[in-house]
Amino acid sequence: MSNTNQADLLPALHRLQEKFGYIPDHAIADLAKAHNMAQAEVVGVIGFYHDFRRTPPGRQRLRICRAESCQAMGADALAMHASTQLGVEFGATTADGEVTLEAAYCLGNCACSPAVMLDDDLHGRVSVERLDAILAEGRGV
Amino acid sequence: MTQRIFVPRDASAVSVGAERVCRTIENEARNRGLEVEIVRNGSRGLYWLEPLIEVEIDGQRIAYGPVAPEDVPGLFEAGWLRGGAHALFHGPSEEIPYLKRQTRLTFARMGVTDPLSLEDYRAHGGLKGLERALDMKAEDIVDAVDTGGLRGRGGAGFPTGIKWRTVMNADGGQKYIVCNADEGDSGTFSDRMLMEGDPFCLIEGMIIAGLAVGADTGYIYLRSEYPDAWDVLEDAIVTATREGILGANVLGSGRRFELNLFKGAGAYVCGEETSLLESIEGKRGLVGAKPPLPALEGLFGRPTVVNNVITLASVPWILAHGGEAYKAHGSGRSRGTLPFQLAGNLKRPGLVEVAFGMTLRELLYDFGGGSASGRPIRAVQVGGPLGAYLPSRASTCPSITRRLRQSAPRWAMAGSLPSTTASTWRKWPAMPWNSAPSSPAENAHRAASVRFAAWSCWTACWPRVRNAPTTTPCCAISARLCWKGRFAPWAG
Repeated sequence: MSNTNQADLLPALHRLQEKFGYIPDHAIADLAKAHNMAQAEVVGVIGFYHDFRRTPPGRQRLRICRAESCQAMGADALAMHASTQLGVEFGATTADGEVTLEAAYCLGNCACSPAVMLDDDLHGRVSVERLDAILAEGRGV
Repeated sequence: MTQRIFVPRDASAVSVGAERVCRTIENEARNRGLEVEIVRNGSRGLYWLEPLIEVEIDGQRIAYGPVAPEDVPGLFEAGWLRGGAHALFHGPSEEIPYLKRQTRLTFARMGVTDPLSLEDYRAHGGLKGLERALDMKAEDIVDAVDTGGLRGRGGAGFPTGIKWRTVMNADGGQKYIVCNADEGDSGTFSDRMLMEGDPFCLIEGMIIAGLAVGADTGYIYLRSEYPDAWDVLEDAIVTATREGILGANVLGSGRRFELNLFKGAGAYVCGEETSLLESIEGKRGLVGAKPPLPALEGLFGRPTVVNNVITLASVPWILAHGGEAYKAHGSGRSRGTLPFQLAGNLKRPGLVEVAFGMTLRELLYDFGGGSASGRPIRAVQVGGPLGAYLPSRASTCPSITRRLRQSAPRWAMAGSLPSTTASTWRKWPAMPWNSAPSSPAENAHRAASVRFAAWSCWTACWPRVRNAPTTTPCCAISARLCWKGRFAPWAG
């Protein structure tokens, strides 16, 4: 029989990340104890899932869909523009700590391609101009 | 008299401005002293027209779209509350050919009702299947699903009745119903649409599955990329529990069914069922060997039904109308309807629910309207990144799961190849990607591109593909025809 205690681990990690933006190192020992696991196991689980971060992210998270449907509608140009505009590669955070740029492989908005997501806000049929406007709005400009 | 205006709350519609349009309509109506009631419905699936706003006139809904906030004053000027003519006018929604030509069974309420109104759900045929199931013996429920010929809509196409019977006949004790809502394959969005547009339908389907196999607990494993679906499902579960549909006494029958919502964490591979179950247990989502089948030893080691969202959402209709009625749709051994998701470089992308048997050409041109860029369509990707790229000559082939499997290039089908390990990659030295993929999802995409490239080189009868730039008009039809089927021993 599996350990049902461990079953609460993912929800707990989501809650932590929602609160802090990442999973702080000092939380690992508590998590391990609370879920009756070894610390190494907790770290292993965190490492497996792309959503969980061990370091603080930018203030905002910009995800650009780079999957087929969006690609067929110009997502590559959009991705290149975002990378140039923000001055970062995918997976990195801007120097001012404002935006973390990430690639997504499908946001479920394929019929309104190309799609991007700023934090939890989904945007469809995004042109280069629209992306600039979305980013400006996100910065509160 | 207060008039009703329908503005979709579907994430995709909101992504192209439905929220701002909604606020503009409210303001404009207030300024003009008009009384309107705004209903937030799901999307009709006519995505090229989103935001698609409907005005109800004498019980009939008139469609206008795509509406931008700046169009709203003009629409009021044109008298849209009386169905006035306007450049964005499309006439009665039900008469739009894209919708009229469809056979909407699972998506019957999609875009019609307010997703969170149980009253609306009941008024449009909801809960009839569950009420019927509560009066039936477990075997009879499974028989109805079996008779309907329902096969898994997640991609592997395994007969749902056989899976349910296995769990039903498994040893007693705790059993589980798990809904796979980790819709990770690119090009697919029907699960998201259904969860956002008709969440009670999924809940009803899961309760019926529970009654059939003797499970009193369910889990919906939802991918974290769908925050809007999460909110809708959370609300729907609270409402269903409050109204006695979920909980200790399902519709007063004395039967119990509890439903838990579980958030994934961005692991693409967790769409595979053994990996998904590991994830719910709080472990790394590693793919497990089968046997044992999840139907016998699944979640927490107990017999578990793992079904996709659309599979479970198809069940209420089957129970309400009978297996024979469902079977009457479709062709050959593929029965019922399939929601096709048209996306990519198409003029009219959207959701098309039709009976099995429609050809790709009909889907691409009659529904899709050809490519958005106006150039000829040269390749079609069918079934997501682990599916197949098909040439245009395949487009008259009926879209039957089995037939498509046979006619598609063999390598493409086996293509769900070991694409979840980084090492596979290095075996393709000629490919332009030298770095290891950063995620299994990226890996799957690369694998799809490799298959596309390899196929382009091999196919002599279609030489243009070889030289075509990667931005060649290409569109995706997703119906998850073979998704991750490799992992399922029953795929074939």
